[in-house]
Amino acid sequence: MSLLFELFLTFAKIGAFTFGGGYAMISLIEHTCVGEKQWITHDEMMNVTVIAESTPGPIAINCATYVGYKQKGLAGAIATTVGVVLPSFVIILVISQFLDHFLEIAWVANAFRGIKIAVGILIIDAALKMFKKMKKKPFPLIIMGCACAAMLVSEMFALHISTILLLLIAGFVSFTVYMVRQSSRKEAGNDPS
Amino acid sequence: MILLDLLFGFLKVGFFAFGGAYAAVPLIRDVVLDYGWISEDMLTNIIAVAESTPGPIMVNLATYVGSTQAGVLGSIIATSAVVLPSFVITILIMILLKKLLKNPVAQAVLGGLKPCIIGIIFAVGVHMLLKNLGLEVGSFSPDLTAILIAVGLALVYYGSRKVLKKGISPIGLIGISALVGVLVYGF
Repeated sequence: MSLLFELFLTFAKIGAFTFGGGYAMISLIEHTCVGEKQWITHDEMMNVTVIAESTPGPIAINCATYVGYKQKGLAGAIATTVGVVLPSFVIILVISQFLDHFLEIAWVANAFRGIKIAVGILIIDAALKMFKKMKKKPFPLIIMGCACAAMLVSEMFALHISTILLLLIAGFVSFTVYMVRQSSRKEAGNDPS
Repeated sequence: MILLDLLFGFLKVGFFAFGGAYAAVPLIRDVVLDYGWISEDMLTNIIAVAESTPGPIMVNLATYVGSTQAGVLGSIIATSAVVLPSFVITILIMILLKKLLKNPVAQAVLGGLKPCIIGIIFAVGVHMLLKNLGLEVGSFSPDLTAILIAVGLALVYYGSRKVLKKGISPIGLIGISALVGVLVYGF
C-alpha cells in the first residue's frame, strides 16, 4: 500500500469515528500517528496542539495537515486533510438531501423542539469549559466581558454587530496594550528612580 | 453569484474561527443570516445534527449550507473554503514560521482573541437559549414548558458529572432532549 493511500485511509478512519469534537480527536491521532504508525513523535504532537490552539480552524485539520505534510509534503497534506473531512462530508451531504422533509414529520419536529434547548446548553457549556482553561488575568477578563456584553446587546436589540469586527477590535486592543506596556517598561528601565 | 458567496463566506469563517469547534458557531451564524441562506431555527437543528455525526461542527455546517444552497458543487466549495485557511496556515507554520507563535507580539494578539471568542460564544449560547424559552427582550412571552425542560436538561447534564465519571456526552444530552421533546410535545 503506498504511503499516500495509507495516510488517506488512516485519516478517513479517524474522521469517521471522532464524535464529540476536536479534543476527542487528539487522543485518537496520538494513538494512531504517534503510537501505531510512528509518523510523528510525541513532542511534535504537542507542537500540533499549540498550532491548533493558536490558529483558526478545527484541530482535526491542523493535525491532519501536519502529519500529511511531514510524511509526504503537499500531496501528503492533501491526502490526510481530504481523508479526515471526507466521511463527515458524505454523511452531511446525504442528510442535507432529506433533513427538510424529515423535520416536517410531527414527532421529529417535536423531538427537535427539545433538542434546540439542549443545543443552547451545549454552546454555553462549551464557552464555560474554555473559560475554565483561560488564564484569569484582568485584561483578558475585561476583553471577554466586553465581547460578551457587546454580543448580547447586539442580539437582544438586533444591532447586527459582526463577530469578525469584535475579533479585530480585540486583536487591535491587545496589540496596543502590549505596545504601551513594552514602552512604559523601557522608560522604567531608563529611569532608575 | 452563489458559489462565490459560499467561497468567501466560508473562507471568512475558516479564517476567524479561533478556539475549537463551537468558536465557529457565532461566525457561521453571522454569515448564513447575512446572506439569508438558512434561518436561525434551522441552524440550531443543524448544530444538533452536526454534534451527532462525526467530524468538526464547522465542517458539517459548511457542507450542509453549501449543499442546500448550491448542490454537491456548493457543498464541495463551502467545505473546502472552511478548511483551507487552517490547511494553509499549518503548512506555512511548518515551513517558515516555526518561531512565529512564540513571538511576544503574536502571543499578545492571540491573548486578546481567545477571551473575545469565549465571550462571543457565551453570548450566542445564552441568546439561543433565551430565545427558545420565550425570554427574549423584544418578544417576551415565557414558555413555561420549555423553561422546565431546560432546567431539567441542565440538571441531568451537570448532575451526571457528579454521579458518572465523565458525565453524559453531548450526543447523550441531544438524545435525551429529543426523547423529552417527543414525550412532552406529543408524537
